[in-house]
Amino acid sequence: MSAPPMVGRREFLRIGAAAGGGLLVSLYASVPGMDSDVFAAEEKDVALNAFVRIGTDESVTVISAHSEMGQGIYTSLPMLLNEELEADWSKIRVEAAPVDAVYNHPVYGVQMTGGSTTSPAEWIRYRKMGAAARTLLVQAAANQWHVDAASCHVGNGVVIHGSSGKRATYGSLANAAAKLAPPQDVPLKDVSQFTLIGKPMRRLDTPSKTNGTAQFGLDIYLPGMLTAVVARSPVFGGKALDFDATQSLKVPGVKAVEQVPSGVAVIADGFWPAKLGRDKLTVHWDLGPNSGLSTEQMLRDFSETSQKPGTVAKKTGDPEAALKTAAKTLTAEYDVPYLAHAMMEPLNCVVDLRADSCEIWTGTQFETVDRANAAKTAGLPPEKVRIHTTLLGGGFGRRANPASDFVVEAVNVARAAKAPVKVVWTRDDDLKGGWYRPMWHDRFVAGLDAQGNPVAWTHTIVGQSIMQGTPFEAFGIKDGIDSASVEGAADILYGIPNLQVDLHTPKIGVPVQWWRSVGHSHTGFSVEAFLDEVAHAGGKDPYQLRRALLANQPRMLAVLDLAAQEANWGSPLPAGVGRGIATHFSFDSYVAQVIEASVADDGAVRVHRVVCALDCGLVINPDTVKAQMEGGIIFGLTAALKTEITLKDGRVEQTNFNDYPMVRIFETPEIEVHIVSSTANPTGVGEPGVPPAAPALANAIFAATGKRIRRLPIRASDLARETGVKS
Amino acid sequence: MTSFLVNGKAVEVNVEPSTPLLWVLRDSLGLTGTKFGCGMALCGACTVHLDGKAIRSCVAPVSHVEGKHVTTIEGLSPNLTHPLQRAWIELDVPQCGYCQSGQIMSAAVLLAENPKPTDTDIDEAMGGNICRCGTYPRIRRAIHKAAELASERRAK
Repeated sequence: MSAPPMVGRREFLRIGAAAGGGLLVSLYASVPGMDSDVFAAEEKDVALNAFVRIGTDESVTVISAHSEMGQGIYTSLPMLLNEELEADWSKIRVEAAPVDAVYNHPVYGVQMTGGSTTSPAEWIRYRKMGAAARTLLVQAAANQWHVDAASCHVGNGVVIHGSSGKRATYGSLANAAAKLAPPQDVPLKDVSQFTLIGKPMRRLDTPSKTNGTAQFGLDIYLPGMLTAVVARSPVFGGKALDFDATQSLKVPGVKAVEQVPSGVAVIADGFWPAKLGRDKLTVHWDLGPNSGLSTEQMLRDFSETSQKPGTVAKKTGDPEAALKTAAKTLTAEYDVPYLAHAMMEPLNCVVDLRADSCEIWTGTQFETVDRANAAKTAGLPPEKVRIHTTLLGGGFGRRANPASDFVVEAVNVARAAKAPVKVVWTRDDDLKGGWYRPMWHDRFVAGLDAQGNPVAWTHTIVGQSIMQGTPFEAFGIKDGIDSASVEGAADILYGIPNLQVDLHTPKIGVPVQWWRSVGHSHTGFSVEAFLDEVAHAGGKDPYQLRRALLANQPRMLAVLDLAAQEANWGSPLPAGVGRGIATHFSFDSYVAQVIEASVADDGAVRVHRVVCALDCGLVINPDTVKAQMEGGIIFGLTAALKTEITLKDGRVEQTNFNDYPMVRIFETPEIEVHIVSSTANPTGVGEPGVPPAAPALANAIFAATGKRIRRLPIRASDLARETGVKS
Repeated sequence: MTSFLVNGKAVEVNVEPSTPLLWVLRDSLGLTGTKFGCGMALCGACTVHLDGKAIRSCVAPVSHVEGKHVTTIEGLSPNLTHPLQRAWIELDVPQCGYCQSGQIMSAAVLLAENPKPTDTDIDEAMGGNICRCGTYPRIRRAIHKAAELASERRAK
């Protein structure tokens, strides 16, 4: 059997540039390197703008400016575009965009996928592109029939002339439409006219994900391609001094062992010999300055740091005075660990580096940044670097690396290999590779009045900055405050009159990065768990206290009430089962969750049921939204119950799914998702399901056992009953 | 040389006998539907059938499959008609999709041996397959659905 076929994709496009959600400015510029004759010929697959091609066989190809990593964007973006285009849905295909400024994120200005922003950011542009393409097709038909375009309408991929009943398919009109000047400003349908948006549509990528044909980065095979694994420093920031590859080179199939800036690459004719070759490699490392790092020490340091106020991120009222006059005060400290993203598809990247070009195949969330970093590494101008974005076997932020670590390294390995090469990370490499969700420490002091209402709230956060050194630093860090460190804390919706949030940003040699829900992944836990403590200290029901504090937040209040109602808040539960509640506002979406959980005598936590309510504005594909909530909750429960990256002597202690375990099917609770009906603009969906899961669970455990969870992951040893284990 | 059958076709490969079946399927035979997730039989992404039993191909030396029948996701059905594929599509189970070949291959053995599995049966059979996207609630529903579809097919 031969190697899998390569994707030979036509990438020429008539570039139709669209300003972010604004005016359509179609340039029809020729693409560098393209033969202009191609545009003169009749084509079988015709670009009407940079976002859609119509085939003479009636196929419709939607170009996705964003990566599909499970969030369903390869279905939602075509839904947006086709709401206006009105092609036959069964003819829609999706293709990943090449790297081009026309595909830049309308808000962030680089081509990327992240921040739960694809639907909110593309909500206008993809509809405009569909409307523009439809207008061209209608005009082409009108020209052909010598009638006024206004007398024609469309439906299911056909243009129809109202009075004569003449019909022409989109495919038959595509070539004529492409020759017309693009329309300037086509009005979009009103929300009330939508026929596709808001309907549960089956995902276009599902069939390929049930028969093995879906192509991820690891599935790319080029003719003559070699496979490499890299031995990297056991300590962050270390460098290889020298190495002995004598034994490695004896492994059949190993072609070369070469030093690269990130370590030593073992290059072979397949993964297995490369891995065996690395097992037999000896490298002497200069471990650098980080070989003393230890989680235990950092926990102590962070706690000590949090005793002093940091840089103020938010201040309302006079919290200091309010604490002094409070009837009761309450102090607590919370810890969360470094976390790895642990996508099921380990990092990998294929590079074909030539003297004057560099072609890359990888699952990335960060095309513009990767292209710039690859170009710099290859010594080529960015336009000589092409990136083919494959499907991503999970992303969760890791594949949007500000240093393009997995791409840059692969370019370096390709240079050393002098052949096309695929660099594969093992699970061990992936978990030890850094770029973690930061470790964070939170110290709270609350002041309660005589009625038990919180009147003062101070929150000191200690943790590394994610934005520092990234393309987003300029707008991510202001006055020494990384917005990602205080999000979900400085912008809490609860009406507490005297509030201060301040931040310490230690510099530590562990690379950190955005991880599904970013700062919210820690503030969601700490704020909502501490608020539960405040409720109990003040003798309040945790749901009712939240209701009172959200009196001026109608959208969150509605979500909170919906979750509580669907969960039958206050109704009796079986013995030993507790109920916890949490809300969290993130990525402009409102989420509340109620969790029912119990704890066995040995401390093992069982999550029985999760009820989730969500307001994410107008819903594009309801079943995808539900799926993202289900997945987000399980992601959050894994962080609550299972995972931590720890360091000892500068070395990461975790190696694989045995010591970095995931929630499995037999631990998965019943999950219900309730979505608030809304016509507000769409907001984030990929991440907001994560933050409330851990605190809702911690609060449920308190309800069940009276024990507070202030450190994640939850440890069975902290919850085990001291009275001995029953047989 | 190691000879065995993959999806009904005879194949012969010339690799070190200790090479895991996973890498023979992917790197030598071009069958990329079977995925690499952990290399230690911890995640199930590499699950295939060996003479009808689910195995983790990342830890199965190719020498162990000599003369045997291997079925991969590509061999489950020629046209997406296996009840599991139909149920997976109907309930839109996959998110990123990377683990789903392994999930489906584990589920296929479960259904072959137990046409009407309970939730507990599903927990036991599927406990070795990790999904980082958290599609477990849908996997459970889809296995029940596939069991129904299969029983309808048998009744016809």
